[in-house]
Amino acid sequence: MAEVLVYVDHADGAVRKPTLELLTLARRIGEPVAVALGAGAADTAAVLAEHGAVKVLTADAPEFTEYLVVPKVDALQAAYEAVSPAAVLVPSSAEGKEIAARLAVRIGSGIITDAVDLEAGDEGPVATQAAFAASFTTKSRVSKGTPVITVKPNSAPVEAAPAARAVEALAVTFGALATGTKVVSRTPRESTGRPELTEAAIVVSGGRGVNGAENFGIIEALADSLGAAVGASRAAVDAGWYPHSNQVGQTGKSVSPQLYIASGISGAIQHRAGMQTSKTIVAINKDAEAPIFDLVDYGVVGDLFSVVPQLTDEIKARKG
Amino acid sequence: MSLRIVVCVKYVPDATGDRHFADDLTVDRDDVDGLLSELDEYAVEQALQIAEDADDAEITVLTVGPEDAKDALRKALSMGADKAIHVEDDDLHGSDVMGTSLVLAKAIERAGYDLVITGMASTDGTMGVLPAILAERLGVPQVTLLSEVKVEDGTVTGRRDGDSASEQLEASLPALVSVTDQSGEARYPSFKGIMAAKKKPVESWDLEELEIESDEVGLEGSWTAVDSATQRPARTAGTIVKDEGEGGKALAEFLAGQKFI
Ligand SMILES: Cc1cc2nc3c(=O)[nH]c(=O)nc-3n(C[C@H](O)[C@H](O)[C@H](O)COP(=O)(O)OP(=O)(O)OC[C@H]3O[C@@H](n4cnc5c(N)ncnc54)[C@H](O)[C@@H]3O)c2cc1C
Ligand SMILES: Nc1ncnc2c1ncn2[C@@H]1O[C@H](COP(=O)(O)O)[C@@H](O)[C@H]1O
Repeated sequence: MAEVLVYVDHADGAVRKPTLELLTLARRIGEPVAVALGAGAADTAAVLAEHGAVKVLTADAPEFTEYLVVPKVDALQAAYEAVSPAAVLVPSSAEGKEIAARLAVRIGSGIITDAVDLEAGDEGPVATQAAFAASFTTKSRVSKGTPVITVKPNSAPVEAAPAARAVEALAVTFGALATGTKVVSRTPRESTGRPELTEAAIVVSGGRGVNGAENFGIIEALADSLGAAVGASRAAVDAGWYPHSNQVGQTGKSVSPQLYIASGISGAIQHRAGMQTSKTIVAINKDAEAPIFDLVDYGVVGDLFSVVPQLTDEIKARKG
Repeated sequence: MSLRIVVCVKYVPDATGDRHFADDLTVDRDDVDGLLSELDEYAVEQALQIAEDADDAEITVLTVGPEDAKDALRKALSMGADKAIHVEDDDLHGSDVMGTSLVLAKAIERAGYDLVITGMASTDGTMGVLPAILAERLGVPQVTLLSEVKVEDGTVTGRRDGDSASEQLEASLPALVSVTDQSGEARYPSFKGIMAAKKKPVESWDLEELEIESDEVGLEGSWTAVDSATQRPARTAGTIVKDEGEGGKALAEFLAGQKFI
């Protein structure tokens, strides 16, 4: 059976959920071979094998943290040459997309980004993508070279598929460009204790209607009652009420949770681009004409300052 | 010596218009008004600020696109760029990111550059990978997704706010930079700027001039194939209630029914 290379996103050995989803998709087209780089790479092997990786190739070097993107491309290329896979799958993070794109140029392949589903096809894997703020769904293929495909979080279920655990060291030689962009310093984002926005099953977002940084506590309280991640519209982010890393939309994160709750958000096309594929959509807005109501499964026309706290209290009461 | 900046700008269909696909499954560019991608205005803005801080700099805006793409160049010129290059060729229709990046790379090399600046993503394709691909093709450092950028003494520095960390980056020129919409509001063209833009040079280049074969680009030369594009069915109309004091409770009831509580 053909092998499929899967690029592993992990933090010091803790594998992020989107990578496990990639293994589910990879098994539809072949046998997943995982590539894990950096500190803790070998620690990823157990969980990757549980989810179907027949082999994990690992490499660690200071270059992976001291320089931007290119050292990881060199490593992925080394894995590609060692394995000669039928396809290369990479999580659709900002960095993942850049790594995938540069690899595609090097190996003379086409690239598909932000797939939301993947199936085997007669002429290679067929990717489903959302276009024009998710108002269209397209099916496409890579028609030249080995398909390189980046996949969005929440695109497939995580499935157990135990494989024998095999770890191999990957030999990497860095090219001249690897040290081109130096990472002079790195400030890790502080953990909020809430789920990762792009991976969360429920996202609770606030917009301009929240009307102030201090009021975001109302949104956070609702999120915490549901175990949800917190999102924000660009208007709320631009006003300085919530961090940019929580922005949902075209120039923020794109989310596809089971449930999306928008409070005080009008539903501009650029916001919709980042949340339209959510399974169930709920909105609270005092303007009955707000375009967000065109998308909702359930909408409440009302003042978020009374509706949201009442909702939070009711959820807490029901959960006991 | 003058700092040569090339800014890549894309002409895109207006996102607030009714965007759709043409019969050959390429982006329909006829039925919706086009404009300079808003995300590329940020690239032009940063180029202008870098040029203002430099002793001597020249900004060239570059686009690959149909005849109407000249509008995007005019807008960038009226914001303050010095000259423009329009790569236009019938054989370019339907190019994917590999084809477009090939053409941009050849045009940038031919124009001559110390610094290339792009937007973070185009508002129609929204791939956000072209900057990394261009850096790979040009063989220069990629300093991408910057929310802050500075150029001094042949070095570019900037801040990249990534998913798990905020990073301070540094590279020597020549280099490629992409900037996000967090990099600072783009200026509006002034009346003087609009008048001056009319006299600024716009060169037109075609594939032959760039020594690119027509089968390397366009729909035929594309490295990816779109097999189908279907409009997402409109979401079935949901329940909308007016809050008369019990809206939060009603919503909780709905969520419980959907097993979210
Ligand atoms: C290139 C580009 C990229 C962009 N990228 C993004 C992006 O990634 N994400 C994004 O979100 N936007 C993005 N935008 C901006 C987008 O166009 C909108 O401006 C933005 O989404 C509006 O945010 P909002 O809905 O919070 O604010 P508004 O549109 O001002 O809506 C606020 C809503 O709150 C309601 N409201 C006010 N008070 C209350 C109350 N007390 N109770 C209940 N409801 C209340 C109002 O009725 C209104 O509907 C982008 C724009 C451009 C040009
Ligand atoms: N046809 C084009 N002409 C000029 N620049 C482009 C073109 N397409 C993309 N770009 C540049 O590449 C960036 C990212 O594009 P993309 O990868 O297509 O999302 C844009 O913000 C532009 O700066």
